[in-house]
Amino acid sequence: MSRLKTKLPGLDMKNPVMPASGCFAFGAEFADLYDLSVLGAAAVKAATPEPRRGNPVPRVAETDSGMLNAIGLQNPGAKAIREEHLGHCGKAGIPVLANIAGTSIDDYCEAAAVMAAAQEVGALELNISCPNVKEGGIQFGNDPQLAAEVTRAVCEVSAKPVYVKLSPNTGDIAAIATSVEKAGASGLSMINTLIGMRLDTETGRPVLANKTGGLSGPAVKPVAIRMIYEVSQRTDLPIIGMGGISSVEDIIDFLSAGASAVAVGTANFQNPFICPELIGELDEWLEKRQISHVSELTGRSWKSCSVPLS
Amino acid sequence: MIKEKLKLAKKEEVAANVYKFTLEGSHIPPRCSPGRFLHVQAGDGRAMLLRRPISISAADDQTCVIIFRASGAGTEAIASVRVGDTIDVFGPLGSGFPLLDDGTALLVGGGVGVPPLHFLAEELVKNGIRVKSVIGFRSAEDVFLADELRQYGEVEVTTEDGTYGTKGYVTDAALMNSEFDTFYACGPKAMLHPLQENIEAPGYVSLEERMGCGIGACFACVCDKKDGGYVKICSDGPVFEKGVVQL
Repeated sequence: MSRLKTKLPGLDMKNPVMPASGCFAFGAEFADLYDLSVLGAAAVKAATPEPRRGNPVPRVAETDSGMLNAIGLQNPGAKAIREEHLGHCGKAGIPVLANIAGTSIDDYCEAAAVMAAAQEVGALELNISCPNVKEGGIQFGNDPQLAAEVTRAVCEVSAKPVYVKLSPNTGDIAAIATSVEKAGASGLSMINTLIGMRLDTETGRPVLANKTGGLSGPAVKPVAIRMIYEVSQRTDLPIIGMGGISSVEDIIDFLSAGASAVAVGTANFQNPFICPELIGELDEWLEKRQISHVSELTGRSWKSCSVPLS
Repeated sequence: MIKEKLKLAKKEEVAANVYKFTLEGSHIPPRCSPGRFLHVQAGDGRAMLLRRPISISAADDQTCVIIFRASGAGTEAIASVRVGDTIDVFGPLGSGFPLLDDGTALLVGGGVGVPPLHFLAEELVKNGIRVKSVIGFRSAEDVFLADELRQYGEVEVTTEDGTYGTKGYVTDAALMNSEFDTFYACGPKAMLHPLQENIEAPGYVSLEERMGCGIGACFACVCDKKDGGYVKICSDGPVFEKGVVQL
């Protein structure tokens, strides 16, 4: 499986596949199902400086080939996460991509300092794109200047590389990407969920208690592919791609669009064994086509000298 | 816990839009016990991503019975599976009802909250417990499992319109009882609330909620605790001791 080995800033990975933040908690539940050491890395649930209760239920609503969620960044707080919840990933020896969120630059810096100091953490994922919390960071994801400001501040307090998780709920995602690159980001992860709403047809009212939620699942894949295609041509930062991945073909498409690694989110809910399954299938896919390393696929969609596959 | 394709061996419509599926497989999920549930995939899982939690109504080494109401696109897709075809299930998940060792139990169920009580009654009677069941439905055409429960003890059926059994709500009928050591209840929160608040004896309530992952990772199905904390219904429950959760 050496053709899968992927090295990104702070993330030395056996393969380029990891569960996405918010869909894996901190790994304890999945450690009961499979050996976490097969994963490339693990993007764990967002940490805020203080514990958060999250939103009222219902927090999820299914949509055609997708789902809306409005969990609201429920988490026990950065310190408790660092001290009590990283053991399963640590024991498995996989690098943790620690998602951090907040409502102000100070919040982000506080959570970043705590999480970056954890031995298990390889890199931070700066969540400036959660759509489900009032002032939940999405205002930073919408404005190139604010995005740069929070990135710069977090990079200053973090000894670990910082990946910025970009929001699709913005006019010019490439402008945000180039702005955070200049501010010191080591990588990007994209995309977070798209803001959506589902109504109860009988009552006419929103199904989610939060009214709006973040759309994920196969329905958002084309949006993610387009954005990664565009952003990967405008920055030199490595991209962790996500948005509806549920098959090995999806992974190939994300890599071709310009991602260097991928995160699997919603698909974990339907098939909790999806990550190990896809890692095996990815290796087979490459072997069948005699591709010597997975990185050869990155950016095939736009690179002029892209490798034709036989 | 396993993810497995089980064969639909037998399918019956036991009440209006309520289906009883007998599932068979070489690997019937081990550790099926009353109160636990299977997370069932609807269709091929491409159009409808989320599994549907359905409680187990009976199980042995070869078969597992689930009973559910077809009330939306997902459960309708599950209901349309043909005998001989397979269903993708993950489970059993959640914690079950703790079983009494001796004494008398009152079982209270509303609608599709009744199926796990059938499994529970069977196991309690095996333990030598005396069981009385009070089960409620909207109307006569909705009643199911009443006859099956009668083999384990006395059964009182209520219907809201009085077309079968006692007219009224299952909670009112249940609260008329006092000769029992522990109660077990499954149904909507509105049904569980008066039981939790008014029954002095110890007991257990089993909650229903929309779920995501079913294993406690996504935080979709949280419920406030009375002491200020929270529980995840799928993995900390769905069964909780009386007084623990805010209903």
